[in-house]
Amino acid sequence: MTAFAEPLVVAERRGPAGRLSDFFWKHPHLLLMIMLAPPLIWLGVVYLGSLFALLLQSFFSIDDFSGLINYEFTLSTYRQLLSETNLDIILRTVLMAATVTLASAVIAFPIAYYAARYAQGKWKVLFYLGVMLPLWSSYLVKIYAWKLILAKEGILTWFFEKLHLMWLLDAWLALPVVGGNSLSVSYTGTFIVFVYVWLPFMILPIQAALERVQGNLIEASSDLGGTPAQTFRYVLFPLALPGIVAGSIFTFSLTLGDYIIPQIVGSSRLFIGQAVYAQQGTAGNIPLAAAFTVVPIVIMGAYLFMAKRMGAFDAL
Amino acid sequence: MRSDRLNRTPMGLKIAAGVGLAFLHLPILLIFLYAFTTEEKSYQFPPPGLTTQWFAVAWNRPDVWAALTLSVKVASIATAVALVLGTLCAAAVSQTRFFGRETISLLVILPIALPGIITGIALRSAFSMADIPFSFWTIVLGHATFCIVVVYNNAVARFRRISGSLIEASMDLGADGFQTFRYIILPNIGTALLAGGMLAFALSFDEVIVTTFTAGQQSTLPIWMLEELIRPRQRPVTNVVAMVVVLVTFLPILGAYYLTRDGDQIAGAGK
Repeated sequence: MTAFAEPLVVAERRGPAGRLSDFFWKHPHLLLMIMLAPPLIWLGVVYLGSLFALLLQSFFSIDDFSGLINYEFTLSTYRQLLSETNLDIILRTVLMAATVTLASAVIAFPIAYYAARYAQGKWKVLFYLGVMLPLWSSYLVKIYAWKLILAKEGILTWFFEKLHLMWLLDAWLALPVVGGNSLSVSYTGTFIVFVYVWLPFMILPIQAALERVQGNLIEASSDLGGTPAQTFRYVLFPLALPGIVAGSIFTFSLTLGDYIIPQIVGSSRLFIGQAVYAQQGTAGNIPLAAAFTVVPIVIMGAYLFMAKRMGAFDAL
Repeated sequence: MRSDRLNRTPMGLKIAAGVGLAFLHLPILLIFLYAFTTEEKSYQFPPPGLTTQWFAVAWNRPDVWAALTLSVKVASIATAVALVLGTLCAAAVSQTRFFGRETISLLVILPIALPGIITGIALRSAFSMADIPFSFWTIVLGHATFCIVVVYNNAVARFRRISGSLIEASMDLGADGFQTFRYIILPNIGTALLAGGMLAFALSFDEVIVTTFTAGQQSTLPIWMLEELIRPRQRPVTNVVAMVVVLVTFLPILGAYYLTRDGDQIAGAGK
């Protein structure tokens, strides 16, 4: 009868590990807190803390004479940000990001569609790795490869010469904005490299969205008399749109913040990333650099808000 | 009949997809060709001749070895930190429900969603405000911050597939929490962690933007590459290093793919 005096559960464990285990079992919230504390301290305190400290600096200003930071709240740095040259930089970057995004979507769509709908078995794996390997290949090596390609004595010039199309390349380089001395110092070059480097980021979400489109929808559209163009316009494209928007988040955001590609392949005119780099480095103007970083954050915030409303996050 | 015709791949699509894939791969293949060129001063194409001498030259360069060693060390420690923090976070988020779960997922993704330059400059100004001198550890700190998300994504996907009854069964059979972790949870998430770790390593090994802000005087392999890109001093050595870097990063990607290919979510999709 004494056995009933004991509770009808497993006896308490012995040993420090057993007792600790029991203790956590009785206090699940404590365990949760212990598990969450290290990552939260790292990300929430170290990372977010530095981020806020940076943003805070954009409300300080730099003393023109001493070059030291004046720790008083002011909006003068933002006034400086909105000067004509700086607005030019912002506009140039946003335009580049928009064209890069558009071009990536156009090139990515057939690859994603083929991989999602037609590739089977071995081909599917091939397509998957075919996108994954360039995605993960070294970013700098990819840029370097394009420096080789776009150089004046490089493969592209050779190619145009062999086809007797040098006049076409020269005519393109003679154009006012997109041209330049050679492709590697023109906006065209910058644009091509941006598209190349971010393209896999566009393919994957479009493919994910298209995988979910059922084949019989396409058949139904066709059976009802839709031409391939109409099927694309009214069935396929609307269903792929969340994927395209999801991909565009990457291509847009990555282009906005990049400073290495336009530095290595491009004209000497600055992009936002280069402006940030120059302001914090040689110019030593941390407040203006911080104000510049606010631009992509605000643009991406607005962009993400719109993307969320279009359902892009379901396609990630 | 109609569906039959539809299931055949349209020629235009085939060509567009093929050209797209070629566009993705030809530039990388070109790197392999240039590693063997005899031309030293320019990027001349076609190469005037082929040689393997640059491999020996690159092999004997102490600066390349120093950069490579530093990169491997940084990537190893950053990966280890990311593995611990990412797994803890994934376990907490997927095994329990609590207030603010969504916010934590957002917090983990933020370092990779924001442009690298923002993370870099934020850390740099925080270091200078706290009077922390740049060192090996400041590089590691920056890298671990954005590597967490890769481990986290892989671990969360796997945790979702472990059925809760397995853990309950283990507890019912008398195992304590640590034993359950050691014998039930760890074997189940092991390959996902390995895959996540490999991807985190690849990500750290290749990172340049955050590193330029947190490295001070030391140079990792990407920083070395970047300097060569801005001011080319020895093109043939750069060609060889570029080729080696491509080969080295392919291994973890293929490894991670084979480790997770049976899962619903394949590693690497969320770089």
